[in-house]
Amino acid sequence: MNDSIMHNKTIAEIIAGLEAGEFTSVEITQHYLKRIKQLDRKYNSYITVNETSALAQAEAADQRRAKGNAPAFCGVPIAHKDIFCTNGIRTSCGSKMLDNFVPPYDATVVENFANAGAVVLGKTNMDEFAMGSSNETSFYGPVKNPWNINTVPGGSSGGSAAAIAAHLAPGATATDTGGSIRQPAALCGITGLKPTYGRVSRWGMIAFASSLDQGGPMARTAEDCALMLNVMASFDPKDSTSIDREVPDYTTNLNQSLNGLKIGIPREYFEEGLNPGTEQAVKNALAELEKQGATLVSISLPHTKLAVPAYYVIAPAEASANLSRFDGVRYGHRCEDPKDLRDMYMRTRAEGFGEEVKRRILVGAYCLSAGYYDAYYRKAQQVRRLIKQDFVDAFEKVDVIMGPTSPSPAFEFGSKGSDPVAMYLEDIYTIATNLAGLPGMSAPCGFVDNKPVGLQIIGNYFDESRMLNVAHQFQLATGWHKRSPEGLELEEAK
Amino acid sequence: MTIERADIEKLAELARIEINEATIAETTQSIADVLALVDQLQAADTEGVEPMAHPTDAIQRLRADEVTEINHREEFQAIAPATEAGLYLVPKVID
Repeated sequence: MNDSIMHNKTIAEIIAGLEAGEFTSVEITQHYLKRIKQLDRKYNSYITVNETSALAQAEAADQRRAKGNAPAFCGVPIAHKDIFCTNGIRTSCGSKMLDNFVPPYDATVVENFANAGAVVLGKTNMDEFAMGSSNETSFYGPVKNPWNINTVPGGSSGGSAAAIAAHLAPGATATDTGGSIRQPAALCGITGLKPTYGRVSRWGMIAFASSLDQGGPMARTAEDCALMLNVMASFDPKDSTSIDREVPDYTTNLNQSLNGLKIGIPREYFEEGLNPGTEQAVKNALAELEKQGATLVSISLPHTKLAVPAYYVIAPAEASANLSRFDGVRYGHRCEDPKDLRDMYMRTRAEGFGEEVKRRILVGAYCLSAGYYDAYYRKAQQVRRLIKQDFVDAFEKVDVIMGPTSPSPAFEFGSKGSDPVAMYLEDIYTIATNLAGLPGMSAPCGFVDNKPVGLQIIGNYFDESRMLNVAHQFQLATGWHKRSPEGLELEEAK
Repeated sequence: MTIERADIEKLAELARIEINEATIAETTQSIADVLALVDQLQAADTEGVEPMAHPTDAIQRLRADEVTEINHREEFQAIAPATEAGLYLVPKVID
């Protein structure tokens, strides 16, 4: 097996290669570990590399395969976003607060992949507590976009996205609270899917905004996302918001024709603020889908402009409650020599949290405080229902909704300045689906100045199969997802 | 809605986050920026709209009242900043 092409394989190809005995899990795992060691100095996509236990898992997977009882992901190397608790492996959530936190248990998503035989290469970098759209808030330093290392990879799942784009993992888990899977997938030129709220267990996934957070897969192709979602999705009695509903085989419908598909195009997603190159790439993609027999239907989601304001009440409010657990008592950071309990809380949290996290906790505390609850939190919850109703009405007429994933391609580090609101508007097209609890995905659909552009596909509740089908058919006809940035070869191979 | 230094000090106390004297002006400004953004909500007509707490309006499941967890005290306390005799240690609360 020629080493240099092993890391160009998709997950589907890796599974086929392992089954055919073209290479072993140990070989491909070693290959990825070597690449991470050499190349990740440039990208900073991993916080923790899991060298020793990854090799042990790979050996065990090869033995399992030799005995003829290989589960779906037997020996396939993947990475986990550092928000998923991993038993015995540090789980930092991108924060100084959890820099020393080694969980005594696995998240359900991690357990599902372990049961499926996957090998865990390591834990990927992310915005602190998943709060950010550029990876600049990570305690471990920003991730660099492999397409242009002067630009951000997006966030919060920027480490997972960059690792896949740089071929330092064929697939990775991620989470999406307001766009944290879709926006970095778009900016790094990969495919990512945020499932319907409740489809993937949140147990052991460090909570940011519990009514919005949802785990999902990132990979280079829609087919790989389908394979990963088959493993990730499950009913979990340990997550009280997990939905007890049968998990379909997400690969079954991939090859269906798109003839007759009705695609809703929201007017509000093509208004001012959209980069003209991004707009053109998305329109070209829609034209390709029309060629395949789909019909474009102009629709309106009239409350779109209220999604970002509603989100920045609801998400900080839930975060301020969730993050109250970080108090220096049971785990994580504790300040030196506290003089009393209050001093311990105040300094532990001042030292452990970064600026963006503190800002959101304070905004959340404000929105929930006495006298303001009705004006902010209750109002935002009402607007949330209006936003959901927009989608419910639209799905009466169309099968999927499409538009850009983010308003422009990857931007340079520091370019959003000190006004947090400029960064918040990065998620203007993705946030509404989280508020509505709908599934959304992003697939590569072109380039602007050699920077990838993402096509967003929003589906109806539990309609992930159809979204994956659409993205797969698009990928069969186009080559955007097959492009890779330059500079991915190991030094010795040059 | 204007927000002032005193409001930030009160929020910091509620949230138990010490605010650095040197950055309090900047913090006040950035929180004012965020609140200006969320104030756009006030223009929305929400008369008679039921607040939505859950995307699919699901309700909490009930389960049988059975013990499902085993004791994990040693594992949990192994990662704590300070423990003694099975207890978590914090600074003295009562003299």
